[in-house]
Formats: sequence, structure tokens, C-alpha cells
Amino acid sequence: MEERPFSDISYEQYLNEERLMGSRCKKCGALFVPPRSICVSCYSSDMEWVEVKGEARLAAFTCISVGPPFMIAEGYDRKHPYCSGVVELEEGARVDARIEGVDANKPEDIKVGMPLKVKFLHRGEGDSLKTYLAFLPM
Amino acid sequence: MQKKRKLGRGVAVVGAGMSKFAMFKDKDSKDLFGEAFREMIASVDKGFDPGEIDALYLGNFTNDFFVHQGHWGPIISDLIGLAPKPATRTEGACASSALAFREGVFAIASGFYDIVLAAGVEDMSKRTTEEVAEGLALATVPYEGRVGFTFPGVFGALATAYFAKYGATREDLMNITIKSHSNAPLNPKAQFPFSIRDMMNAKIESAKKKGKPVPYWEDEKSFLRDTAANPVVAWPMHLYDCCPISDGAACMLLVGEEIAKNFTDDPLYVIGIGQGSGRGLHACDDLTYFEATRHAAKEAYGMSGLKPEDIQFSEVHDCFSIAELIHIEDLGFFKPGEGHKAVAEGLTRRDGPMPINTSGGLKCKGHPVGATGVGQLFEVWKQLRGEAGERQVPKKDLRIGAAHNLGGTGGTCTLTILERR
Ligand SMILES: [Zn+2]
Repeated sequence: MEERPFSDISYEQYLNEERLMGSRCKKCGALFVPPRSICVSCYSSDMEWVEVKGEARLAAFTCISVGPPFMIAEGYDRKHPYCSGVVELEEGARVDARIEGVDANKPEDIKVGMPLKVKFLHRGEGDSLKTYLAFLPM
Repeated sequence: MQKKRKLGRGVAVVGAGMSKFAMFKDKDSKDLFGEAFREMIASVDKGFDPGEIDALYLGNFTNDFFVHQGHWGPIISDLIGLAPKPATRTEGACASSALAFREGVFAIASGFYDIVLAAGVEDMSKRTTEEVAEGLALATVPYEGRVGFTFPGVFGALATAYFAKYGATREDLMNITIKSHSNAPLNPKAQFPFSIRDMMNAKIESAKKKGKPVPYWEDEKSFLRDTAANPVVAWPMHLYDCCPISDGAACMLLVGEEIAKNFTDDPLYVIGIGQGSGRGLHACDDLTYFEATRHAAKEAYGMSGLKPEDIQFSEVHDCFSIAELIHIEDLGFFKPGEGHKAVAEGLTRRDGPMPINTSGGLKCKGHPVGATGVGQLFEVWKQLRGEAGERQVPKKDLRIGAAHNLGGTGGTCTLTILERR
């Protein structure tokens, strides 16, 4: 398992397995979520997989009324907006994620800085199974 | 330590043209480019033979998607009688033609060419709004699109980070919208040449005509707060925070500095040209500025030897209201966190000390993405030559103007500084 390449495909596979994984540079210690295969701090390619805890803080968000086709297919529209956000992991890295468990019709109640925990949203079945990274308020 | 950048040979702008920007059912890229090209020829004060153009650099983001036709370099080169001379297409999302301008400058600065056409074109309106959104989303960072971020969504998220850090609110963004709409009626090429007050009156008239209840708003801000008139797109971005879908074209004639006076007694000189790239929401240094814009500014100011306070007016990429706010800080016109106060005080109005987007900006002038970069420089050309008519910046001795262009969600940013000597 730990042989997987440090790629976006591996990142998504791990999400399917309910694990939020990143890469850490063995030379300088920099952490990357999603993983990078080349360290952008020291240019080393000597990486190791790291699982992060999935505890985070909301860094930025938006409540989207006009979404892309795959979100419309899930039932979101002008009356039923959804929330996407950027979260800062306890370990320091930042990831893009869906924000669940909030009322996207009341964006005033969603606060930058609020504590969150990870949730893996599975959609579809078989070959079309897809897991979205999401976070919920603690 | 960054090396001081300089051109191997000076480059001047001696002509410029731009089509009207709007949604055109009956005009395509060639029609619009023809309009811009004819205006450019007429703008060359001493006249010139278009057969002398050595090469074309053409910005186009994704006509491939919008009209199912790619490879626009040779199509436009043929349109204007340039073929078989070379045409090169540049792609940097909404900054595509700023890159064309930059490549044109480098081609002349290298000494290889003497006369180059830098241009841009985009034809977006032949698709539905949903399809255009999908086309534009091709330029987000992949991790963003996967979790449902749209273009307005990314900028909405940046706005929440900015609000949280600096205490600004939607009311501050409304000041930007109202300011841009106050310039637009003075620009005959603008897609929406209307003030917010004009739009309010139009809605009232339309309600009266249809016998519907007549809406009432106390002032422009109460209109913008009304979600029936100004619905949410991606909170806190509402309809009036977002630029429209547009078609259009623009072009500029660039020549080696030493031959510029053969074309006009009044050329503009390219004194600063900078570009940067960004890394997306998850990897950028901070969510309250665009690192690509800051890098572009560093390059352009470094090359010109100028400071932000030397720039007398600027076109700034306002695809969304929050983008203008962040960029006027990134470009150094105002300190980080103080842009919203400057806007509220009217400092960025046309008659203020630092006029921003006298053209009406992308919000009102329109945003045919691949044409926008050169379209912004067209406004700088008009202003510096004193040809901006009613929207002329009321400053004595207008000499230095800039245009800032952003592509994608901050992936490609440029700053170009022009000088009239
Ligand atoms: Zn490293």
C-alpha cells in the first residue's frame, strides 16, 4: 500500500478508503496535502506518505447557488445552495473540501475559523464510485 | 535577489483598436476582429501599410470550447491578410491577450521583428450560461472544481477570508460596483453603459409597463442588498459582483522604439511588463492576496524603476468585485487591508487620486476573456493620448498608466505599464 505513487490518483484512491493522505519530504520535512511528488521547498523527490487526523479550521467558504452539472445532479440549485470551502488542517496544510452540516441558505451563520472534522462522502456505485472530501462542524 | 529586468530594445505602441464588447448573436470572432483591426489602422496617426506587419500574437482562451473551433492564429492571420507570415496563439485563461502583448514585446525587443500585432479575441455568447460556466471552469485548479467550486465560488471564498481578516463587508464590495457603473455610461464600447441608478429606473419602468408591483429602493445600496434584484451567485458574490458573458476583440500595433516616430508623433512606450503564476486556494501563501499579481508587479515595477505611487491610473482585473479590491492592494496602490477604505472614500473614482477602471471595468465594459488584456491596454492608450472623451481622467500631465490582467482563479497575472513621453 505504501508503494503508491505520490499522485492525484493515489490521493483519490485513499479518499475512497476514507483516509486523508499527504506526502512529507524526507529531506526538509515539508508536508503536502494533496500529495506532491516533488518537494517545492527543497526540490527533493524523496517523499513518504502521511495520514492526517482530519481536524481542521475553516479558512474560507462560499455558498454556491449556480453549480456545475455534477452538483446539480445531486439536487443543488438556487433554492438549495451548497457550501464549498478551504480548510486549514491541524497539521498545517490547506485543502479544498465540501462543507457539510451547515445551512448554505444562512451563510451569515457560517464562520471563518470554526472547527471542523473530516467526513468522506461516497457517491455513485461500482466503477462510478467517487468519494468527495468533506468537513463537518465539530 | 531578483535581477533587474530590461528589454534588449525599446518597444512602443503606435496604434490600437477594439470592437464593441457585448453578446452578439450575429457576429463571430472574425467579424469582431475585423472591427478592432480597422480601428487600429485608422488610429495610426501617420498611416502605415498593414502589409508591413511581421507577425501576429493572438490571445484566445477557449473558442475551442465556446464555438467548437480551435487554432485561431492562422484564421485571424488570413482574415487580415498577414498569412503566410507567422501567427502564434497564447493561452493564459482570462489573461490570454496580456500574454500575447508580452510575447509581441519580446519578439521586437529581441530584434527579430520590427512591427508586430498583439491581439485577443473571444466569442462566448453562442453557448448557454451553464455551458459558459463549464468552459470557464476549465481554468480553475483541479482540486477546486472537484469539490464544487465554480469561478464565482473561488472569488466568493477569497472574499470571506478577506472579510474575516480585515473586517470588510459586502457593503464595501457594493462601493466598487457602484463606482464601476458610474464610469460605464461614458464608455461607448461598454456592454452595460448604465449607472446603478439607470438600472433601478429601468426595473421600475418595466414593472409599471407590465402592471406589476413597482419596486422601491431608497438608494443604490438598498437595490444591491435586495436579493430579488441582485440574487446570490456564490455567496458573498451576487449578480452585480460578477462580470457578464461577452464577445469581443482588441489589437495593438507594436514597433521598435527607434522607428515609432515614423508612425506617430505620440507613441506610448512599454516601460514595465511583469507576469506571475499562482498555485490555487490550497497551496497559495495566503487567501487574502494574489501571489501571481504581486510577482507580476515586482517584475514590472523593477523593470520600470517606478513605485506604485508613480502610476497615475490603472485598469485592474475585476472579474468579480472582490478581485478589484484585492488587486489594488497587491499592486501597491493601497496597503493590505486598506483597499476597502480607499474605495469607500472615493479614492478610486475617475476624479479621485487613483482612478481605477475608468472604462467601467470588466463588470460593465464586458469580459470576452481572450480579448480582455489588450482591451484593458486599449483604455490606457485612450487615456494617455487624451482621447477618452467624457471619461478622460481629469489629471494634468497624464503620463503613466497601467493595466493588470488575471487569468483563471489567479493562475496567470500580468502588469503592463505604458508611458507617454
Ligand atoms: Zn523538501
